[in-house]
Order: sequence, then C-alpha cells, then structure tokens
Amino acid sequence: MATLTIARLTVLEATRRRLVLALVLLTLVVIGLTGWGFQHISHLTDAAGQPVPADERRFGVSQVLILVEFMFSGVLALSAAVAAAPAVSAEVESGLSLAILARPIGRAQVLIGKWLGLALLILLYTVAASALELVVVAAVSGYSPPSPVPAVAYLVAEAVVIMSLTLLLSTRLSGMTAGVIALVLFFVAWIGGIAGTIGEVFGNAGIRNAGTISQLVLPTDALWRGSVFNLEPALYQAVVGGTTARGGDPFFVASPPSTAFLVWCAAWLVGIMALAALSFRRREI
Amino acid sequence: MVDDAAIRTLALSKRYGETEALAGLSMTVPRGLVFGFLGPNGSGKTTTVKLLLGLASPSGGEAWLLGMPAGHRQTRQRVGYLPELFRYQAWLTAREVLALHCRLAELPRPSWPGEIDASLATVGLADRGSSRVGTFSKGMQQRLGLAVALVGDPELVILDEPTSALDPVGRHDTRTIIRELRDRGCAVFLNSHLLGEVEQVCDQVAVISQGRLIASGPIDQLLGAATVRLRLTGVDAGVIAAIDRHGARTQQDGWISVRGIDPDAVPQLVADVVAAGGRVHAVEPVRQSLEDRFLSLLRGEPT
Repeated sequence: MATLTIARLTVLEATRRRLVLALVLLTLVVIGLTGWGFQHISHLTDAAGQPVPADERRFGVSQVLILVEFMFSGVLALSAAVAAAPAVSAEVESGLSLAILARPIGRAQVLIGKWLGLALLILLYTVAASALELVVVAAVSGYSPPSPVPAVAYLVAEAVVIMSLTLLLSTRLSGMTAGVIALVLFFVAWIGGIAGTIGEVFGNAGIRNAGTISQLVLPTDALWRGSVFNLEPALYQAVVGGTTARGGDPFFVASPPSTAFLVWCAAWLVGIMALAALSFRRREI
Repeated sequence: MVDDAAIRTLALSKRYGETEALAGLSMTVPRGLVFGFLGPNGSGKTTTVKLLLGLASPSGGEAWLLGMPAGHRQTRQRVGYLPELFRYQAWLTAREVLALHCRLAELPRPSWPGEIDASLATVGLADRGSSRVGTFSKGMQQRLGLAVALVGDPELVILDEPTSALDPVGRHDTRTIIRELRDRGCAVFLNSHLLGEVEQVCDQVAVISQGRLIASGPIDQLLGAATVRLRLTGVDAGVIAAIDRHGARTQQDGWISVRGIDPDAVPQLVADVVAAGGRVHAVEPVRQSLEDRFLSLLRGEPT
C-alpha cells in the first residue's frame, strides 16, 4: 500500500512538473520530422529517374528506422537517468524525505515505490512513442519491422536497467553526480559492446571477453542489441548474418540475446535494487 | 522496556566521525505534557529528534517512544512530526499533501476529509487547501507542516523549531495549538531556542549543551527560588538582621534583593523591616527569566 502510494506520487510528480508534457511534445515533433523523412526515402529515384526497387527501398527504410530507434534509445536512457538521479538524493537534501520517512513506511518501500513509478513512466512512454513512430513509418513507407513488440520490450528493459542503476547511485550521491556517473557508464557499456563484437570478428579473446564483461556489468548495450535484432528484416539477417561483413557494427546484430543473458538481466535488476535498499536503509537522513 | 513515558532515552549517543553530536542523553518525557528541549545551535537537539524517529541510527544507548523502541514502524503511526527543515511537495496542493500523510499514516479512508479539514482549520489554512504548496510563503509552509504533524490524532507530537518562519500572530496561534494538544492528552516535544515561547507554553524543560544534558525538570523548579527586591531608607544593622532572617541578601543599584523567600512571607518581611525602623518605598517580586537561567546554565553557574 505504502509502496503504491510512493509510486503514484512519483508518476504525479513527473506529470505535474511537466516532464511528461515536455517528452510528449518533443516526441511528437521528432515523429513528425522522421515521418517526413521516411516518406522521402520511400519515393527515392535512381540516377535515371526510375523509382528505387521496392526491396532496396524497404532495406533503406529498415536501416534508417534502426538509426532512429538508436537515437530514441539514447534519449530514453538519458531521460530515465535524469529522472532517477534526484529521486532519492534531492528529497534527502531538501528535507522533503524527513516528513515522509517519519511515517510508518520502510525505506525499501519508498525506493521500490519510486522504481515502480519510474518504470511505469518508461513503459508507457516507450510503448506510446514507439507505437506511434512505427505506425507513421508503416503509413508513409509501407514498411513494418518483423518483431516490433520484442524490439520495444528490449528498449523498455534497457531504460529500466539504467534507471535502476541511477536510483542506486541516488541513494548515496547528489543528483548531478549520480546522473553523470550513470550516463558515463551507459556510454562505456555501449563502447564495450562494440569492442566485444570487434574482438569476436578478429578472434581476439581479450577484447571479446572485455566486451562480454561490460555487457554483464551493465547490460544496457546488450539489451539495445536485442532491440536491433528484432527490427532487422529477416532476409537481411539471413544474408548478412553468416558473414563477418558487419562485425563491430552497433546497428547490426546476428543473433538475439540468449535466455541465460535475460535471466542474468533479471537477477541484475533484483541485485541492484537490493543493494539500493540496503544503501538507503543505512543512510543517515 | 515498556513504560508510560512518551519518550525515554538511556545514554543515547551519536557520533558523526570525530564529532560527538550527542553524548549519553538520558531523559524522560511524560505523556500529556508540553516538554521544552532547549540548547544552543549545534547542541544536539535535532540529532536527538532524528534518533527518536529512526531517521538516524544511534552510536550508543537506547530510546523508546510511547513504550516502543525508537524507529518502530507502527509506533510512528501515533507520532506527528514537524521537521526543522520543513519542506513539502511544491507540486501538490495543501489538501493533497495532507491526503498523502493520511495515506502514509494508514488512516481509514472515510476519515481523510474530516482530518484534512480539521487540520487545515486548526493552522489557519482552511481557505488555501486547494492552492499549490509552491505558491505558499515560508510561514504558510510551516503552518502546513504543523497541520501534517496533527494528522491522525497523534499521542506524541515532535515539533522542531515550529515557529522559526512565523510572524507574531503565527507564533501566538502555534502556542494555542500546543496548549490544545496538551488539553486533549497529547504529549508535545518542543525543540526551540525561542526561550520566551518555551517559558509560556512548556510544563517541563531539558537543557542540553554540546550533546550533554545540563538541566531538566519542571520549569518553575528550573527557574530557581523566588526573589523579592526592596527599595528602603533608614537601613541600619537591625533592618539588615530582619531581612537576613527571610533569605539571602544582595544589594545593587540602591535595591536590596532577598533570594529564596517564600512568596507568602513577603508581607511579614515588610512588617519586620518597618518594625526595625526601615522605611519601605517599593517592593517588587523578581522572577528569573528562562533566558537568564538558560545563559547561566550554559556558563555553568549554579541555581
């Protein structure tokens, strides 16, 4: 009950502080612009003025869509980190948490409530924005990615992972520091993922292992790759998947994340939240 | 330990690194009284409150609230708290803040509207319930904090500097609220360094300095023995002897003060002075203010 109260408060805060409004407006602008761009791609002509063959057009749209989703995943991760960074620290620093924590509520409940609220916001925003983008792309270009639902689910998971890490940091560090650290780690994990695939292509075990370790320490990049895999046209995967032509390319993935990795991600989330609860419980208010 | 005290601490201490914020505080706050907790800045008053509410962990000793160990979750349901650093969700209305606290205090939902209306009316914010807290002045936010502390008919209310942002009217209102709380059997633990205010409203006080308790007890007892001062002429050895029979005599600026005299014995003192040949021009009772007593305690002077 108390957990849900805090979750509700977190969602209400994002709404009242106009975070949701700002995201919705900016997303609508971006979707409008990308829709305009996709329409142009689908009407491209070759040097002779003839329309580009449908398969090539579809391939072009699929690749640009992956690029747009990449930008979206970056914005989503950034927003999740920025929203989570002050969630605990700012309330402790301002004294807002004094009156709350003096009530019959455990600190773990406060933390899980905030996590639930932020996760719900991420889920709703990602599903709504992605659905609208895919509908617009389908309407203007006729192209739909093969597995949009898992692709969006991976994006949600990626944002929830970075949000959880930031929430953990927020139990001890100021909002600014927690946010900066989370974003640096997010980009380090991205580079780590690219390095890992380069190591694989060139058979360098050291680099490959470093990439694997970075994916285990912070699974954001591996989850992004899960999203990419589900956005790639099946034919393209069949043609390119068996080659090393795009080794190291963050916009091409030959295979989806393994079940073992997804189990690891779930365990990672539970572990991070347990650590966050422990850290917050021991914090002097 | 289960007891009838509103608050009991035993050798409660708190260290922050090398700094000893609280050094073995042992005190008892009875139920149903207004208890003033006094001390200069940095003496450990707010640290004590945070330890009592479980917001910080003690380095040593123990504390109980309403018979249960400090920080016990369900006991906090019966405790109201106004923090010194009062801050409430700026993006909520006053009514929403109070509804949040009704929810967190686990009050039955049907009672919320009544609780919210009553506490807003008590603190004088009845007409601002639908305004966002972000539009409130500091004084109004402190009034809202007091309303939050009153939610759920608590058995103990802990007020940490409750009038720091209030104007004289607000201070007067707060004193009235504190007296009303006492009248309905609620214990009030009042952290303050506004000594005049404490003197007006508290039944008992404790004084701490540098994390240590230096005095505690009923306020009359703490202020020490009654004193009367006289302006006399015709003072000779006989008059002096008559005065000395009633109490400890000091002389300053033409006034003779008699300390430790029973207030009922003042007419007899005057009669004795007149009988000894002294002429009485003025007789004034002198009561040491809490501020004077507080300062003398901090300087380590005896009663």
